[in-house]
Amino acid sequence: MYPRDYLYSREHEWLRVEDDLCVVGITEFAQQELGEVVFVELPEIGQVFNANDELGTIESVKAVAEVFTPVAGEVVEINDAVVDDPELLNEDPHGEGWLIKIRFSSADDLKIMMKAEEYEEYVQSGEA
Amino acid sequence: MSEGQSLQRTPLYGCHLEAAARMVDFAGWEMPVQYTGVIEEHRAVRTAAGLFDVSHMGEVRVKGAGAEAFLQRLTPNDVSKLVPGRAHYSGLLTDQGTYIDDILIYRLAPEDFLVVVNASNAPRDFEWIASRAAGVPDVEVVDESDRYALLALQGPQAASIIAPLASPDVTGLKYYGFTQGTVDGVPALISRTGYTGEDGYELYLAPEDAPRVWRRLLDAGAVPAGLGARDTLRLEAAMALYGHEIDETTTPWEAGLGWVVKMDKGDFLGRDALAAQKGQGVPRKLVGFEVQGRGIARQGHTVVSEGGTVGAVTSGTWSPTFEKALGLAYVPPEMAAVGTALAIDVRGRALPAVVVEIPFYRRAR
Repeated sequence: MYPRDYLYSREHEWLRVEDDLCVVGITEFAQQELGEVVFVELPEIGQVFNANDELGTIESVKAVAEVFTPVAGEVVEINDAVVDDPELLNEDPHGEGWLIKIRFSSADDLKIMMKAEEYEEYVQSGEA
Repeated sequence: MSEGQSLQRTPLYGCHLEAAARMVDFAGWEMPVQYTGVIEEHRAVRTAAGLFDVSHMGEVRVKGAGAEAFLQRLTPNDVSKLVPGRAHYSGLLTDQGTYIDDILIYRLAPEDFLVVVNASNAPRDFEWIASRAAGVPDVEVVDESDRYALLALQGPQAASIIAPLASPDVTGLKYYGFTQGTVDGVPALISRTGYTGEDGYELYLAPEDAPRVWRRLLDAGAVPAGLGARDTLRLEAAMALYGHEIDETTTPWEAGLGWVVKMDKGDFLGRDALAAQKGQGVPRKLVGFEVQGRGIARQGHTVVSEGGTVGAVTSGTWSPTFEKALGLAYVPPEMAAVGTALAIDVRGRALPAVVVEIPFYRRAR
């Protein structure tokens, strides 16, 4: 369910490291909690964030969720497809439903993130 | 005490788990918020038929030779016009004319009424009714909430689904009419009521009979629908929800529910305050709005004008029928006309919206 080569945050974001870039999305657990997503709001390319800054919002029929960036850095790409077709987030949150690519400024931010097994334990523990 | 221990469960709890529902805490009850998805369930109700478990609603029986006169003084609608076999929408009002709750009153027999109340208010409502009945001769008030499971079968196919199972025939029942008969052979009060804007029925059943009737209606083609779809459906139909459009600060005039208030029927609780407000005019009015930008205005977001707060959103959602964000809000009367442009503060950003006619959705008849 949760790709082994991704890293995970307690706020249910995932990261996939590609050289000096991170692809950021929300997890299967998060999309299930939200239900049908109807709006995705993402930052502009070039915006710079500190770790744990809010980088966008996701609105479902039932609720709104803020998305935080687990890593500091500059946004270099956003997923226009998910803005145009928010259902992608429900259908393929770990793939086609990615949100942004960020050029991260410090690899230290990655160290505190969870590996897939830890994240699975975390969501199953009921603490999430 | 942990949350799990304190939540109440309806007789259909097992059926919800069978149907893989996502369960949530709603007013102290562990209830299904969705099965397959809010949008899909919503559309099933608009185009075919959905089945809701609303057994968490409360039921208060009011009986006796003095019951009619008692309810006539307690509630704003005209109980003397309510004949056995009919129900009407009404309220429990404070002496300020504001809502303790909105209710349905069923007249079971000339001296026998069933008052149906919201789950979130049920204990308080019973207390409210019982304490006002204390010392009134020939009025008996009994909390019968545990005696009923309540299913709502809603949608254009509701009548054809229930027809072969119900006795007597209920396809000829008028809106807000009811009959006491059977469904699938078990005793049921069957009423042509609902909270979705569609045709449909509500079935009051003995708790032990409810799972079987539930399964039977699903087998006959109804789709299980959760509280999520119930909310989007009622909002499209612009039906009030306690804690949102109405509460202890709002009057029927403000909420657009003046039609339940029968000022000429004689005295009733809250009448003086309502007469005074009618004379002065309301300070705010409930309106429907349609969001014009990207985003959803939800309960608690404020309506702003020239930097100041002028109103508040009471409910807002994505509308599966219209595929846009809709909502209800209180605004000053001068901003209530259809076509008025509104700005709604959504997390610090002004979201443009426009006042539109309600209900947003009206079924074709």
